[in-house]
Amino acid sequence: MTWSTWLDYTVNGLVIGNIYALLAVGLALIFGVANLINFAHGSIYTVGAYVGWVCITQLHWPLAATVPAVLLASAVLGVGIERLALRPLHNASRIAPLLATIGISLVLDQITQLVFTPNPRALPSPLPDWRFQIGGGSVGTLDLLILAVGLGTAGALYSFLRFTKMGWAVRATAQDSDAAKQMGVDVNRVNMAVFAIASALGGLSGMLVGMYYNNIDPGMSFDATLKGVVAQIIGGMGNVPGAIAGSLLLGLIESYGIALFGTSYRNLFAFVLLIAILIWRPNGLFASARDLPPEPMTGSFLARGKPVRIPPRALIAIGALAALLPFAGSDYVLQTATNALLYGLLALSLTLVAGTVGMVSLGHAGLLAIGAYASALLAIELAIPVVVAIVLAGIVTAVIGTLLVFPAFRMRGHYVSIATLAIGQIVALVILNWNGLTRGPIGISGIPPLSIGNLPLYDAPQAYWFVLVVVVALALLQARILSSHLGRTWRALRDDDIAARSHGVALDRYKAMAFAFGGFGAGIGGAVTAHLYSYINHETFNAQISVLALTIAILGGLGNISGALLGSALLIGLPELFRGLAEYRMLIYGVALLLLIRLRPQGLLGTA
Amino acid sequence: MLHVSGLIRRFGGLLAVNEVDLAIRPGELLSVIGPNGAGKTTLFNLISGLDRPDAGRVVFEGRDITGLPPERLAGIGLARTFQHGRVFANLSVMDNVLIGGHTRLSAARPSLPGLGALAELLLALLRPASVRAEEAALRDEICDILALFGDRLLPRLDHPAHSLSYANRRRVEIARALAVRPRLLLLDEPTAGMNETETAEIQDIIAMLKARGQTILLIEHKLGMVMSLSDRVIVMDGGRTIAEGPPEQVRHDPAVIEAYLGHSATGDAAPVIEDAA
Repeated sequence: MTWSTWLDYTVNGLVIGNIYALLAVGLALIFGVANLINFAHGSIYTVGAYVGWVCITQLHWPLAATVPAVLLASAVLGVGIERLALRPLHNASRIAPLLATIGISLVLDQITQLVFTPNPRALPSPLPDWRFQIGGGSVGTLDLLILAVGLGTAGALYSFLRFTKMGWAVRATAQDSDAAKQMGVDVNRVNMAVFAIASALGGLSGMLVGMYYNNIDPGMSFDATLKGVVAQIIGGMGNVPGAIAGSLLLGLIESYGIALFGTSYRNLFAFVLLIAILIWRPNGLFASARDLPPEPMTGSFLARGKPVRIPPRALIAIGALAALLPFAGSDYVLQTATNALLYGLLALSLTLVAGTVGMVSLGHAGLLAIGAYASALLAIELAIPVVVAIVLAGIVTAVIGTLLVFPAFRMRGHYVSIATLAIGQIVALVILNWNGLTRGPIGISGIPPLSIGNLPLYDAPQAYWFVLVVVVALALLQARILSSHLGRTWRALRDDDIAARSHGVALDRYKAMAFAFGGFGAGIGGAVTAHLYSYINHETFNAQISVLALTIAILGGLGNISGALLGSALLIGLPELFRGLAEYRMLIYGVALLLLIRLRPQGLLGTA
Repeated sequence: MLHVSGLIRRFGGLLAVNEVDLAIRPGELLSVIGPNGAGKTTLFNLISGLDRPDAGRVVFEGRDITGLPPERLAGIGLARTFQHGRVFANLSVMDNVLIGGHTRLSAARPSLPGLGALAELLLALLRPASVRAEEAALRDEICDILALFGDRLLPRLDHPAHSLSYANRRRVEIARALAVRPRLLLLDEPTAGMNETETAEIQDIIAMLKARGQTILLIEHKLGMVMSLSDRVIVMDGGRTIAEGPPEQVRHDPAVIEAYLGHSATGDAAPVIEDAA
């Protein structure tokens, strides 16, 4: 690399880092006062970008009017989220608001998509197109604007937190919200102010990114959330100056990484860095490693209450009815039911991991991807019979999945969710980049259909029955394991890992066993899906599926086996049957998640 | 049985435990007392593997257990309760106490090097007669342990722990620790927050355990109970041992009286000393 290109990459890294900083600072402020990783932050960023697009390209406003409009609209949105969706969850379990922000992000993204269509839009920068030569490289006006906005907000935030009464209140609330309340601080107002500031900065960041790449689309929010979260964790959760430093570091690492390895590796750096930080410096780069974590973030999302007991006879009757469905339903109904059953497999696995063991995983679709690729490649490359390949894929997924999640076993609460989310993304990115094994972005086509021996299962009823048998078998196995000493041991780890370890329960071993069993089931689910679809690529099993699986598991009641199957029948089956709703699917899922967390956190059949 | 020597734990600039030595003989009941913040619970955490000392050694029955993870200690006969009570909230009383028997499951947890976890998973699925018999025997034994508490817990076997009264949750914790069949039992303020009747009940149970030959290391604030139960007492203040000896001797030690009175303006130690006098 020559000196001037190196300089260009550095400028680029700093500019991107500044954009991340606008996101990460907001996330850090929110985490500070509300102890919450705001997964809706990226959606606000997207909304900000679209507000900017409307002002500049439709209304032809100058930048001086557009920026206040973006700030105002995003702030109002943030305040609305805090007031309507998060404040009512004040006394709910710690992970409840996090799940609620996921629901909000699904709703906001879908609304953005319905209003502005999924097509990308150009967001031209209204600034004059001058470039300044510095050394061998050059800097554009937009670069300078972004750098100035970054420095300006950092300075403004510093004086706000340091010298204003509201800023003191924010810092007091971040340290101890109960004590702040005792001292007369209106914590609700502090939360609202923080959401307003954080969202305004997030929206501004979205607009600047849109101008920088001259391109915006409704799908950009997820990536933005992730980058903001990574930057924040590098700097230390809730640490505002740390978030800025972490963002610049992340921007530079990404920029140099792209220079050295190419664009498709870009996110891989971010996520590998995230996992490394979570393992070795969970309090951030700037905290001393020997310090105790600031908050004991124990507790999974588990509402108390007795699970609904369904008599075995009723379960047998439901199973029999399910087996008879092919005689009553059309092929379309059967395909929908098969799809619901496959989601049921994933939800069974997730309800074990997130409910029984208490690790709320946001990357579970990664297990599907591993199972699908394993089975497809075994069947194609080694010509192994499909049924054998599916079982082997289950075993491969159990082993790889457990090894991948192993570093997260000692993490708690939010950190588990973030780490599993990152691991899910890493799986997809490795699939994308490992051309030799996975055929990279092209994906795998011509996967042999489901078959038993030499008998292919082409028509819908056969495929349906096959999947039904697999689901029932795995559900029974899971129920049997849960009734053994393993069931109580897993639940004990979930309720209080310190007490469980003090009574001889080896945490790593039992979490590994749960992940191995759960991975086996999910891997089989992915494998069957691959043989049904006949084509898969790195995007087939995306993060949305992980979120959907979690919604299903919560709907049924975390840890509840019948609940997982009922949840998938309701959430996957029903929207398909009303075809007009297809467009609004993610909206329905988001609203369902929000309502559940608020109104029935124990799910339909109760947690187990 | 347990030898602690030169134990040090720093939190930032604070020496929470400063060169503490203690030894406990089989069958003995040793109490650790001291004002709040004296380092008693930190000492317990260091012995029971929840925290690592910055210096010093913990030797249990001739074996160096310094810095061993807590899950290893239950297996070699060390069990503890927690100051603020840590039951498994969503588990039934029976399941809570069954966890205490976890390390004694041998049929269900075969010790195969490398493949133990896989074998355990398969055995949980297949459930052969040996595994079933072991589980049934453990359940019977748990009922015997719960019978120590009269009819406080036995009628509530299937109740989830979160539905129990505070005193009952503390009882579940003690029962769970007893299910380990520990050679050394560490009790961290077992009667904290209990009224007089409940305290007397726990005191009777501890006296009965001691009479059976159970070795016990006890942290307790209620000096009346400490004086009547203990063979020896160690007094801690500011991370250090300031006195050690039989209850009567410690009680009249000027250093001890000063430590308590010195804290009386801020802590809750003052009423306790009245209680003892």
